[in-house]
Amino acid sequence: MSNKQTLVVIGNGMVGQNFLVSLMASEIKDNYNVVTFCEEPIPAYDRVHLSEYFAGKSADDLSLVEPGFFEDNNIIIHMGDKANSIDRDTKTVVSDKGVVINYDKLVLATGSTAFVPPIPGNDRDQCIPYRTIADLDEMKVAAIKSKVGVVVGGGLLGLEAAKALQDLKLETHVVQFGPRLMEAQLDDGGADLLKQKIEDLGVNVLTNKNTIKIIDGDKLKHKMVFADGGELETDVILYSAGIRPRYEIATDCGLEIGARGGVAINDQCLSSDNDIYAIGECASWNEQIFGLVAPGYAMARTVVAHLAGEEAAFSGSDMSTKLKLNGVDVASIGDAHAKTPNILVYTYQNGVDGIYKRLVVSKDNKQLLGAVLVGDASGYPTLSQYYASNIELPEHPDSLILPSRSDESVGLGPDALPASAQICSCYDISKGDICTAIEAGCTTMGALKDETKAATGCGGCAALLKSVLDCELEKAGIEVNTDICEHFAYTRQDLYNLIMVEEIKTFSDLIKAHGQGQGCEICKQTVGSILASYWNEYILQNEHVQVQDTNDTFLANMQKDGTYSVVPRMTGGEVTPEGLIAIGQIAKKYGLYTKVTGGQRVDLFGARVDQLPLIWQELIDAGFESGHAYGKSLRTVKSCVGSTWCRFGVDDSVGLAVELENRYKGLRAPHKIKFAVSGCTRECAEAQSKDIGIIAVEGGWNLYVCGNGGMKPRHGDLFATNLDKETLIKYIDRVLTFYVQTADRMQRTSVWMENMEGGLDYLKSVVIDDKLDICERLENQMQHVVETYQCEWKTTIADESKLKRFRHFVNSDKHDENILFVEERGQIRPANIEEREHLLAEEA
Amino acid sequence: MSWVDICSKDDLQANSGICALVEEQQVAIFYMPESDALYAINNYDPFGKVHVLSRGLIGDLNGEPMVSSPLYKQHFNLKTGQCFEDESVTVPVYSVRIAGDRVEVNLAGEK
Ligand code: SRM
Ligand SMILES: Cc1cc2nc3c(=O)[nH]c(=O)nc-3n(C[C@H](O)[C@H](O)[C@H](O)COP(=O)(O)OP(=O)(O)OC[C@H]3O[C@@H](n4cnc5c(N)ncnc54)[C@H](O)[C@@H]3O)c2cc1C
Ligand code: SF4
Ligand code: FES
Repeated sequence: MSNKQTLVVIGNGMVGQNFLVSLMASEIKDNYNVVTFCEEPIPAYDRVHLSEYFAGKSADDLSLVEPGFFEDNNIIIHMGDKANSIDRDTKTVVSDKGVVINYDKLVLATGSTAFVPPIPGNDRDQCIPYRTIADLDEMKVAAIKSKVGVVVGGGLLGLEAAKALQDLKLETHVVQFGPRLMEAQLDDGGADLLKQKIEDLGVNVLTNKNTIKIIDGDKLKHKMVFADGGELETDVILYSAGIRPRYEIATDCGLEIGARGGVAINDQCLSSDNDIYAIGECASWNEQIFGLVAPGYAMARTVVAHLAGEEAAFSGSDMSTKLKLNGVDVASIGDAHAKTPNILVYTYQNGVDGIYKRLVVSKDNKQLLGAVLVGDASGYPTLSQYYASNIELPEHPDSLILPSRSDESVGLGPDALPASAQICSCYDISKGDICTAIEAGCTTMGALKDETKAATGCGGCAALLKSVLDCELEKAGIEVNTDICEHFAYTRQDLYNLIMVEEIKTFSDLIKAHGQGQGCEICKQTVGSILASYWNEYILQNEHVQVQDTNDTFLANMQKDGTYSVVPRMTGGEVTPEGLIAIGQIAKKYGLYTKVTGGQRVDLFGARVDQLPLIWQELIDAGFESGHAYGKSLRTVKSCVGSTWCRFGVDDSVGLAVELENRYKGLRAPHKIKFAVSGCTRECAEAQSKDIGIIAVEGGWNLYVCGNGGMKPRHGDLFATNLDKETLIKYIDRVLTFYVQTADRMQRTSVWMENMEGGLDYLKSVVIDDKLDICERLENQMQHVVETYQCEWKTTIADESKLKRFRHFVNSDKHDENILFVEERGQIRPANIEEREHLLAEEA
Repeated sequence: MSWVDICSKDDLQANSGICALVEEQQVAIFYMPESDALYAINNYDPFGKVHVLSRGLIGDLNGEPMVSSPLYKQHFNLKTGQCFEDESVTVPVYSVRIAGDRVEVNLAGEK
């Protein structure tokens, strides 16, 4: 018999799960047998990023549960089972499925539901609350047969739901009961501007609309009838008009309830029963209910500490928010409505650029009490630090919201923050915590995130975290060595810039001017690749031979036995019967092993170095070109059969794949690049796992970037939607050239993206908004590469002096007698060592 | 000591390698024009167990001339044959010279 107590957690949502993780990381984890009830059919997921479900994220991507978490920690989870009642006398919980459990300690984490206004007809078909993955699945189904969608509610979540409807390609309306959008956070000026910006995104905003009933529509499924006599027809209705805490189970067992609902809790998060805690959105602290995740996490930590006998108190949380809407910058901090008595207000309004900013400060001009930012929320990190850490404002606080027309910086440098300043509000991590981790050796963003969890929640603090890291490293005099090798004290990007600015064309010139020694395989290949990307000269030109990797030198991939593989290009995976026959005949003539690759083309294996030019001569005569399988360069553009044949095809995916492969073939890059084009969202070409993925949709082409198969798979990020072909190609030109210029050596686009400060949004701002004013240059650079393409094998075969290299012995026509094959499944394969010895002995 | 005639100086590939057949041995010959240096080692890669070292990239590591295997990228000292990554492994090293405009190798004269 164990003397462990039983701890039951009702609700496995964001906060319930966070509590379990904190508990398991604590020293008291072995004191309890832990049981949790999870009403939803899947365990905890990231509700904060729920809307990304429509922008390509899967339920798996959103999961908050590490694989094996429950098993490894011996937590019993009752999936899809709702805790039904609590008997406080016998200390038991009974579930819907009939599970009865005796608890010693109980934690309520039942969250809340979306508020559905009590309107007649509110439960008609396709009227859906916006809260769970199941709701979203219902929306997806409803959207298929719908044209128009309405969101009831114009707050933070309502606007997010509107974005979701747009992602589902529905005509979108927002119906707001009150006069303003985001009433809780914004003042009139900010809300007006926000409305304008939301409308610019194609969403129709109706304010002051009191819906009195929902009935059958004339043309569409529903008709909403408003108190002012107006009407609106729609197919789908989403409720996102606020939240209602779930506390029925607490009411039923007689726990004290807050005045505005929610389980009343004290500073230790205890309810009126000393063995029952409540945390997250179901709890009411000081008559306040927190609709954000950070305070819920703070409550979870408080409970773990309290159970461990430590002194801990939940002390409220600030309700600052930054909206996660695409294309609209909105943020609000503290007392945005200037309700505190005796205060000063500064407002900056710029109608031309659509910017509205307001600061609420204390009478003595020293403390920030609140702020509203619309149109430009770049000041949010700085302002929220002034607010949260109570830092004294500069002499002229308005300098914080006025545009800086000179170079002076008014931002709060990370050095100015006190150790207590909260850097990550999701996980309550202070600057002090970060500095401790840095001292302990976490000198990269990745290591810091792993160690402290900072920036792994909403991600809003990533930029600030990075600047704290950089600043601390600089102060500590720690120089992060980014030299590519002992021959060059530069990064790959530095070398790229040197080559570009000084117009350097050879490795010898570069190492003489900027390096030392003779070079090694790392710097040689890196520089070889940069020279090829930038100048796109023939890579076997005499002065370039020395910097090519073996595979590039012989324009073929060396195999384990020293022979080579031969891969002719088959653009888009398309090949004529004549082409296939030619390949078959050539393979037969030279006795090569043939295999269809994972890149939709045919690979011929087992060619000796001296056979390569002969084989290629025949392939070229049959109309083939080099497939660049040997280069860190564009490999294949995979395609599905698309609209030409497929009954579901929306557009000609093969045609586009062929065109793209022909455009980018030969492009040398920091690592290999793969594309795919699918003809519809069934995605037979698996485009979302490629560096560049394209999917045909009704409105044009959707572009995904920075996906990866291979060692660490990554789904591509949806970069832009409904593109015409011209814009699509323009964006790809820019993304790829920017990658080629700025990525590290041997960095696939996926890792490049993971390491990019600002991530996807930053890449979009560079490529779509031309933030750095370089798009024209990026396009011209790509155009240069496109125009100077040559089939390297064609050039090589035409040059007698190059062919000299393709001999095994410089002084003999013999072959390498150690290359030996045996037969398997009707084709050759390299002999293994024993077979080789046997064969050699036989010969002798 | 017998020097074997291999090829003309023009057959050498600057900052790269070629392979010669010398008395049934495969010999990799590397040429670094900047330091006017010539090196010869056995072509056999003891890790990949095939004859490919002449096709590796060359350069220097810690100031010592080296070739990196094209298969698994181990480095070998071109002067001594010593593997940088594994002390217990060396490849045979031979004498090589330019006589007039001819390249010659001497197997007996293992350095
Ligand atoms: C031949 C092929 C396997 C096959 O029989 O199907 C193949 C063979 C090799 N792959 Fe691959 N990969 C092949 C498709 C793939 C795919 C599938 C695809 O392209 O759709 C992937 C996953 C997709 C991706 O790259 O994101 C793939 C992921 C890798 C990786 C892991 C890359 C990563 O980012 O994690 C490597 C290792 C590397 O590049 O560092 C690799 C490396 C290699 C190398 C070059 C290993 C080597 O150095 O010898 C192999 C030599 C190829 C040769 O000699 O021709 N191969 N490799 C495929 C050739 C495709 C083509 O026609 O060009
Ligand atoms: C679209 C959307 C966007 C959001 N964006 C943000 C944001 O940007 N920033 C932010 O801070 N917050 C945001 N939130 C709010 C955030 O998601 C919540 O604050 C957080 O999920 C609260 O966690 P919780 O565990 O208290 O409740 P929940 O995550 O709702 O979890 C409660 C769980 O308990 C289950 N449950 C309830 N009763 C029982 C029972 N009797 N038995 C068993 N299980 C039960 C429920 O099914 C649910 O799974 C957003 C919410 C939504 C819906
Ligand atoms: S992705 Fe769509 S168009 Fe392409 S083959 Fe599959 S179903 Fe057909
Ligand atoms: S503030 Fe959300 S992750 Fe740090």
